[in-house]
Amino acid sequence: MTGLRASLATRPVFPFSAIVGQEEMKLGLIVAAIDPGIGGVLIFGDRGTGKSTAVRALASLLPPMRAIEGCAYACDPGASSRWCQDCRERQPFEPVRSKTIPVPVVDLPLGATEDRVVGALDLEQALAHGVKAFEPGLLARANRGFLYIDEANLLEDHIVDLLLDVAASGENLVEREGLSIRHPARFVLIGSGNPEEGELRPQLLDRFGLSVDVRTPEDLPTRVDVVRRRDAFERDPAGFTAEWAKHDARLRRQIVLARAALPTVGAPDAALESAARLCIRLGTDGLRGELTLIRAARAVAALDGDSVVDDRHIRRVAPAALRHRLRRNPLDDAVATTRVERAIEEILGA
Amino acid sequence: MNSPGADAALACELFAVDPAGTGGVWLRAGPGPARDAWLARLRAALADDMPVRKLPLNVADDRLLGGLDLAATLRAGRPVTQPGILAEADGGVLLLAMAERLPPLVAAHLTGALDRGGVGMVALDEGMAEDERPSAALLDRLAFHLDLADVTGFDEPAPDAGRIAAARNRLGQVVADDAVVAALCGTAMQLGIASIRAPVLALRVARAACALDGRGSISMEDAAIAGRLVFARRATQMLAGEPMPPEEAAEEPREAPSDPNETTSDDAPEDVEIPLADILLAAVQAAIPAGLLSQISFGPEKMRGRSAGRAGKPMPSARQGRPIGSRRGKPGSGARLHLIETLKAAAPWQKLRATAPGGRLAIRRDDFRVKLFKQRTGTTTVFVVDASGSAALTRLAETKGAVELLLADCYVRRDEVALIAFRGQGAELLLPPTQSLVRAKRCLAGLPGGGGTPVAHGIDAAMALAQTITFGGRTAILTLLTDGRANVARDGSPGRARAEADALSAAGRVRHAKIAAMLIDTSPRPNPAAARLAGEMGARYVALPYANADALSRAVRAAAPR
Repeated sequence: MTGLRASLATRPVFPFSAIVGQEEMKLGLIVAAIDPGIGGVLIFGDRGTGKSTAVRALASLLPPMRAIEGCAYACDPGASSRWCQDCRERQPFEPVRSKTIPVPVVDLPLGATEDRVVGALDLEQALAHGVKAFEPGLLARANRGFLYIDEANLLEDHIVDLLLDVAASGENLVEREGLSIRHPARFVLIGSGNPEEGELRPQLLDRFGLSVDVRTPEDLPTRVDVVRRRDAFERDPAGFTAEWAKHDARLRRQIVLARAALPTVGAPDAALESAARLCIRLGTDGLRGELTLIRAARAVAALDGDSVVDDRHIRRVAPAALRHRLRRNPLDDAVATTRVERAIEEILGA
Repeated sequence: MNSPGADAALACELFAVDPAGTGGVWLRAGPGPARDAWLARLRAALADDMPVRKLPLNVADDRLLGGLDLAATLRAGRPVTQPGILAEADGGVLLLAMAERLPPLVAAHLTGALDRGGVGMVALDEGMAEDERPSAALLDRLAFHLDLADVTGFDEPAPDAGRIAAARNRLGQVVADDAVVAALCGTAMQLGIASIRAPVLALRVARAACALDGRGSISMEDAAIAGRLVFARRATQMLAGEPMPPEEAAEEPREAPSDPNETTSDDAPEDVEIPLADILLAAVQAAIPAGLLSQISFGPEKMRGRSAGRAGKPMPSARQGRPIGSRRGKPGSGARLHLIETLKAAAPWQKLRATAPGGRLAIRRDDFRVKLFKQRTGTTTVFVVDASGSAALTRLAETKGAVELLLADCYVRRDEVALIAFRGQGAELLLPPTQSLVRAKRCLAGLPGGGGTPVAHGIDAAMALAQTITFGGRTAILTLLTDGRANVARDGSPGRARAEADALSAAGRVRHAKIAAMLIDTSPRPNPAAARLAGEMGARYVALPYANADALSRAVRAAAPR
């Protein structure tokens, strides 16, 4: 396992900016990176459309973050209110030492057991020293980062329950095997899947802030581009990554600037009204749709360097923010996008 | 055109040149001399330092991915980890035994490993039936799709490991000009291959072929070889120059175009200059196995392959689900050690047992406790729809509407659904159990009506399916939508009396098997025959009210199980 992990770490990943097309998916991921509070991104679509590639590329795209040294949950030295128990207890006695780490993007494999997800008794400590210690699980590793579930629609229900609870509270509560632990687990949930292989549980669907559709490109030039870039990357991963590094760097700068600008981006009444009218027109359940739409539109405005949200920003994220919230026959997946687009045209003009 | 044997031998060498790059081989063949000979050739073609590992069907997660070696851990008194089979096979080849029956979780780990790279896989598929095959996600990632059914042996000279190793070293220097890439992409599109992985893999195969031939630039012959080996069995259409309608292509990667009226893309391949594509297309078409394209007319179901290897269903519940406690037993082969309970079991005996050196706990095999899990069994709702003339004339559309309402309920409960239709002379399983309601709906929409009403056939088919479902550990619910006017008997002969008697006897079997059922009477006015049928089935009886969707919805909701 360790050998495998090590070799994975050294293998370069395909650069985010080198992904051909799939603009909606890329925008969705960037929006979630700018505002983690948006509530995760669901990527639904065909096989072989670069879903996994995009998520893995995201990790190396994002600017690194500061974390308290030795903390299993990578607590933020600047946000003491969100510290874990450990950091809080240590803080009065030791100076806070921090280090720079990459933003975690943690894979939650389909077969993952509850132990691996929430954490469990540390076998090493228990066997060797007879000590009852907690071995943090995937949720701990994902704190302040991204938790990626490939084929989220095939995930077992009891794991889904667990994720829903933690994602809502931002905290992982472990009461098992004689352990009683709570630790921060704030992460952006990213799910991907192919609707042909099964539906996503409605509760989980609702939890995602954005839902993006990906499709196999249909035109030859795009497909040739995809194959050519993939090939160039495989033949010379280091060279290819270096070639695209400046594009990634520019995007990274944009994300950093957008994050800084986000609190100052205003949402005037006109924008709120557009969002509300869209949601009423589409009959979305509850207020979550409007809130997410405005929030995502603000992130887009910040990314574009605009100081107020207007209809252009709303238009760009409305399908992703609303298509999975339509009160509808759940079987009508294919037309959800069309319905949102039609509503946008009606409300915001063509 | 090369013989299947020659192609299989060539694929073996090309795979050996670049195992990780080409992903692997889908080898459909029963165990026997042909497969053994092929595998022997593969071993000979690989370098000595390239590991070859075989993955047993029911590999435990910790053996696959690595984990704690329990025996060694207890002996040493400190955790001893063992590498997983995936890590052991890194840089070499992993053979997947009985790949058509791989449990979905193992398949998911394998596709993940293929995405990360570093290992090539040979999926040994012993499937007999057409839809018995490895998971589609896995197959999509394996470049070579081979069938050894008609191969008895290989006349080709044994592979030359030295030449192949030289080709492996040369791979990095092989260049592909844009025309080759465009030709491969264009050919894939014209053959209706939606997944973009196919041309990516084909390019790698072409590169391996070029390197094996000792050249530095991919030629048209290399591309033709790659097209033949990679595209031939993936093709879903034969026509040159007619792209699949985009809607269809996106949703149905393996379905032939069913509706030519769909809008076609502006970027049809004709718009682009593909001087080489025609030659390539001809080469691939020549290699498309006879009968492959005729299978497509069976619809996507036959072609797609199972996404979740139903064959692996009776997985021990010692592995998944909610933990509910522990029992004495040996960990491994799926069962997971319950550490606390094990230590508890060992604790009282410590004084009696000679203490191990270093004051460690003395744990014996008897102390081991393994975790028990409760796997919530799911429900599969089987819709049995009367599509006969009498139903079609009056209310087939409304029946479909009612099924859709019920489907929506199933969606909320995450049930699986299956669809059986009966009309004319018999019943047909239109949709085997699936969780994809999109597919269920599509299937329903395409349901034609007309013909006699063989109620007995419908119920018999539903019973057979329900029993399969029950054996698989799930609960089956039958939902029969009919007007109850049976007029075709079991032996296919017309006549109302015989037909109704047969229907009632079939219904009785449902009651005896204690299978939950609901009958929705679709006749314009509640029909006593339908009510009688429901009584004999032990089913809940619901008369479908006329027209009003709201009333329909309420009736259906009220009748829905649970």
